[in-house]
Amino acid sequence: MSKPRPDGITPSQTVGPYFKYGLTPNGEYAWNDAFTSNLLTSDTSGERIRVEGTVYDGDGDVIADCILEIWQADAQGHFSDPQDAHAPPNSPFNGFGRCDTDKSGGYVFDTIKPGVVPDADGKPQAPHILLAVFARGMLLHLYTRIYFDDEAANTSDSVLALVSSDRRATLIAKRKAGTNNVYTFDVHLQGDNETVFFDV
Amino acid sequence: MTLIYPVASNSAHPARLSPAYRSSIKRTPSKPLIPIRHTLSELTGPVYGHETVRKHDNDLTIQSKGEPLGERIIVHGYILDEDGRAVPNTLVELWQANACGRYIHVVDQHPAPLDPNFTGAGRTQSDAAGYYKFITIKPGAYPWGNHHNAWRPAHIHFSVFGHSFISRLVTQMYFPGDPLFPFDPIFNSVTDGKARARMISSFDLENTEPEWALCYRFDIVLRGRNATPMESK
Ligand SMILES: [Fe+2]
Repeated sequence: MSKPRPDGITPSQTVGPYFKYGLTPNGEYAWNDAFTSNLLTSDTSGERIRVEGTVYDGDGDVIADCILEIWQADAQGHFSDPQDAHAPPNSPFNGFGRCDTDKSGGYVFDTIKPGVVPDADGKPQAPHILLAVFARGMLLHLYTRIYFDDEAANTSDSVLALVSSDRRATLIAKRKAGTNNVYTFDVHLQGDNETVFFDV
Repeated sequence: MTLIYPVASNSAHPARLSPAYRSSIKRTPSKPLIPIRHTLSELTGPVYGHETVRKHDNDLTIQSKGEPLGERIIVHGYILDEDGRAVPNTLVELWQANACGRYIHVVDQHPAPLDPNFTGAGRTQSDAAGYYKFITIKPGAYPWGNHHNAWRPAHIHFSVFGHSFISRLVTQMYFPGDPLFPFDPIFNSVTDGKARARMISSFDLENTEPEWALCYRFDIVLRGRNATPMESK
């Protein structure tokens, strides 16, 4: 069987409304989860945090059939991927998580605050988590970034600097009052509070 | 090897706002996406341990006590990058309706029977040559509420990772010659005919198993090019 010579990439199609039993069954179907929304293991080092929020459509209605994926560095700023030359082998922190939204459009990730990763010029970026958003009605997933409101490095981050100041807040998770490790990050696919998405 | 991810390749994807697909209208950003230069965050991606995929997870016909009803099929192919190089050891997940066009998902109320012997979920990892293989049941077409008499062409949902978080792909595999193609706004959200054709599997007689199962070939091409191409003119 020979490999073809590609004439372009395979186009994206929507994840649709019925992905749950295949991608995020979570005990509700006769299938097991490849990934969960809890990235922590007993030996994960770093500041343990929770990132939670709600996903909204252009009418301001919650999206209950959304699937979110995150990708991030460990607390030392290393990715659990051999393509990151600095990554330690067999890192106990995998850096990838998946969560579907519940009936209220809500999601929760338990993870650690990522360390500092260089930007395209080698300058330090502010700590951030990549977020991919998939849902029925979305023919191609969207990418955004989760920053943190208690990081002074946000003011010198080269990606945040590309975003107009009136929209920058949509990328910054806010520490929840009365907690020291829970951050809120809502996603608005469209509308007045529309989250900034990146063309990557 | 360092890969690059030219953004121009994304032109094969559907327009996010495809009004004929009604659900896209309120779920598409109204403001332009902001281009950024790729950093290590974009250029890396998850790696899986062997524990993610169990031995028979790629055979959807043996997950229950009995055999599912419908036409048993083999679906196989290569996961490749844009240069045609194998994407090895990458996770491939799929989910689909049963032979009657009914999903096991609780929200699916299509009045077609569920099959107690068919869940419709599977996963595998591509091998060192980028090759993957599933054994499953040919899914049926099913109606949906997008417009009057709307029916989805038979399809299998695929989720693939690749070398980086930005090579991530969720797509649908279609079957050759489906009469519903001209009427499906999701399939036709891909406006380039050649790109649309890449979502259609091909019938594979050579790998059809006599007295047992028809075979369909579906190669998946993910983003990613060699940063230093061989030809330099
Ligand atoms: Fe479907």
